Amino acid sequence: METKLRAILPDHELIRFYEQMVLSREFEESCAEQYTKGHITGFLHLYSGQEAVAVGATAGLHRDDYILSAYREHPQAIIRGADPRRVMAELFGKSTGLCKGKGGSMHLFDPDLNFMGGYAIVGGQFPIACGLAFSAKFRGEDRIAACFFGDGAVNQGTFHESLNWARLWELPVLFICENNFYGIGTEVHRSSALASIHRRTCGYDIPAEKVDGMDVIAVYKAVKYGAEKVRETGMPYFIEATTYRFRGHSMADPAKYRSAAEHEVWKSRDPIPNYAKRLLEEGIATQAQLDAILAKAQETVQEAVRFAEESPWPEDASVYEDIYV
Amino acid sequence: MPEMTYRDALNMALKEEMRRDPSVVTWGEDVALYEGSFKVTRGLLAEFGEERVKDTPISENTIVGVAVGAAMGGLRPIAELMTVNFALLAMDQIVDHMAKIRSMFGGQVNLPMVVRMPGGGGSQLGAQHSQSLETYFMHCPGLYVAYPATPADAKGLLKSAIRDNNPVIFLEHELLYNSKGEVPEDPEFLVPFGQASVMRPGTDATIVAYARMSILAQQAAAELENDGISCEVIDLRTLTPLDTETIMASVQRTGRAVVVEECWRTAGLGGHIAATIGENCFDTLRAPVKRVSGLDVPMPYSRKIERICIPQTETIAAAVRELMAAKY
Ligand SMILES: Cc1ncc(C[n+]2csc(CCOP(=O)(O)OP(=O)(O)O)c2C)c(N)n1
Ligand SMILES: [Mg+2]
Repeated sequence: METKLRAILPDHELIRFYEQMVLSREFEESCAEQYTKGHITGFLHLYSGQEAVAVGATAGLHRDDYILSAYREHPQAIIRGADPRRVMAELFGKSTGLCKGKGGSMHLFDPDLNFMGGYAIVGGQFPIACGLAFSAKFRGEDRIAACFFGDGAVNQGTFHESLNWARLWELPVLFICENNFYGIGTEVHRSSALASIHRRTCGYDIPAEKVDGMDVIAVYKAVKYGAEKVRETGMPYFIEATTYRFRGHSMADPAKYRSAAEHEVWKSRDPIPNYAKRLLEEGIATQAQLDAILAKAQETVQEAVRFAEESPWPEDASVYEDIYV
Repeated sequence: MPEMTYRDALNMALKEEMRRDPSVVTWGEDVALYEGSFKVTRGLLAEFGEERVKDTPISENTIVGVAVGAAMGGLRPIAELMTVNFALLAMDQIVDHMAKIRSMFGGQVNLPMVVRMPGGGGSQLGAQHSQSLETYFMHCPGLYVAYPATPADAKGLLKSAIRDNNPVIFLEHELLYNSKGEVPEDPEFLVPFGQASVMRPGTDATIVAYARMSILAQQAAAELENDGISCEVIDLRTLTPLDTETIMASVQRTGRAVVVEECWRTAGLGGHIAATIGENCFDTLRAPVKRVSGLDVPMPYSRKIERICIPQTETIAAAVRELMAAKY
């Protein structure tokens, strides 16, 4: 028997999970539309399908904990508290964007939220997460670094070097692998000799667990436990969350390497409707409430698009700004 | 001659050389089943099978290093890095190993290998994905560096690179993949290294460029022709070896030179070429050599400001006009 939701969290928090997942999905689907219209350019990697990981994980962390991620990171920033309007403006390349239009979709950053960046070089974030964790430990701060990455990133040298380093220096890093089973068109078994990613940490003596990344509650519990372990021991911990991206790798990828049957299986495990069903069944929310949540998310996203459209472009002179202090 | 894209010309070169020589193998991220993230390796897996066309983990340093070893063992590997930006993760194998092994071991071993990689800016990919790193490779002795501008050169240079017994860095411009031109079908069509092409003859000024910058230089030259300014456009084709002879011969005739580079200006290849012109053509120069370069800034994402960071046709034309107007 599954534990009843109310035994885990109060209603308002359970409902907030739903709100955040719906907002993430609406935001991403709106990005796809804005990309098609030519308002968003460059690479655009969408998070649709993986919402339970970001929502559950963020809730399991403290607000002071650092978060680092890769380039599929819009919802991670928004759930941490970034203003959807400024995220959309960044994607439009406007001066009101989170990084003044200089970063774009792959490089969101907000130090006030301890959201320490989206990185587009696969594996670039591992040592940086270790460095942030070291700084926190050195300064006696009660915070950990949560480092998100994909299944494709685990074959970079930095992954192995950083796992070893984090354990050796006893750094408070929570590694969270979002295993969506593909790195662009390459299925995980075709890139990793040991495709069960969490088992790879034994070489570094780091405890690890695997969790269903389509279940927001399961992710929340795993991350909360993992983060507490890290805080308690001052040592790294590793979580592999299995999930799926419903879209191609980026907007340029038709994802022909995945079978329709495989896609259907994962679609049936869509974290949003499945969680909605639980909320309804356990009497935590009514259908009318869930409908209102969707409407509100759509309104938030429309407002973000309007804000981005109306925002000014960066000045030409700004290219020389912010390079050196 | 059939017309085809730069992408298809590269694809044709790969297929022809793999048919010709069974020791040619290729690997990289998503090159086999996915047929390349820019589709340059389309059809290779189907024709040559998974022993010769291989997908790899995302492990750039090792992608290159395994090619180094395979070349030492007698194969002719072609490693693909998904983009030049990721070559930075492979700089140890490229600079410390691929470029050094032959001379460090006293010339006892050859490294007949190619590392292919797309690069260049202008697609709003932001600071980490828009770099032009050609100078980095050119700076390092022991490497050849090719960077084609046209589909025909793409085919001919890649074939020469694969047949060459030296390690070659083979750059491809992301914004040229869809450009079209006539390409010889002859499987023995080769473009030799170290021979620049005079894309357009002219008498008033020499524009020295490479890759996409050569295409923009041609457009600028066409525009300037309307104003009565005749430009000679030299496309370098290979940065190493550098065809200084063709450059000098042209500058000695025109007396004026503009060097166009997509990369950062500071300590860039344009400065090297300008200095070489100064050293060799001092007495025939009618004005100092001008450089048109990428701005010395990390590339911003926003298309509004990205554009001004990369040389454009109008910036090249403006540089030539300034050079013509200057009185010395
Ligand atoms: C060092 C480096 N190599 C290659 C790439 C190109 N690339 C971008 S995303 C990606 C796949 C990464 O897959 P994964 O880590 O599973 O993340 P996902 O896209 O599935 O979220 C690759 C190869 C890159 N950005 N950086
Ligand atoms: Mg993945």
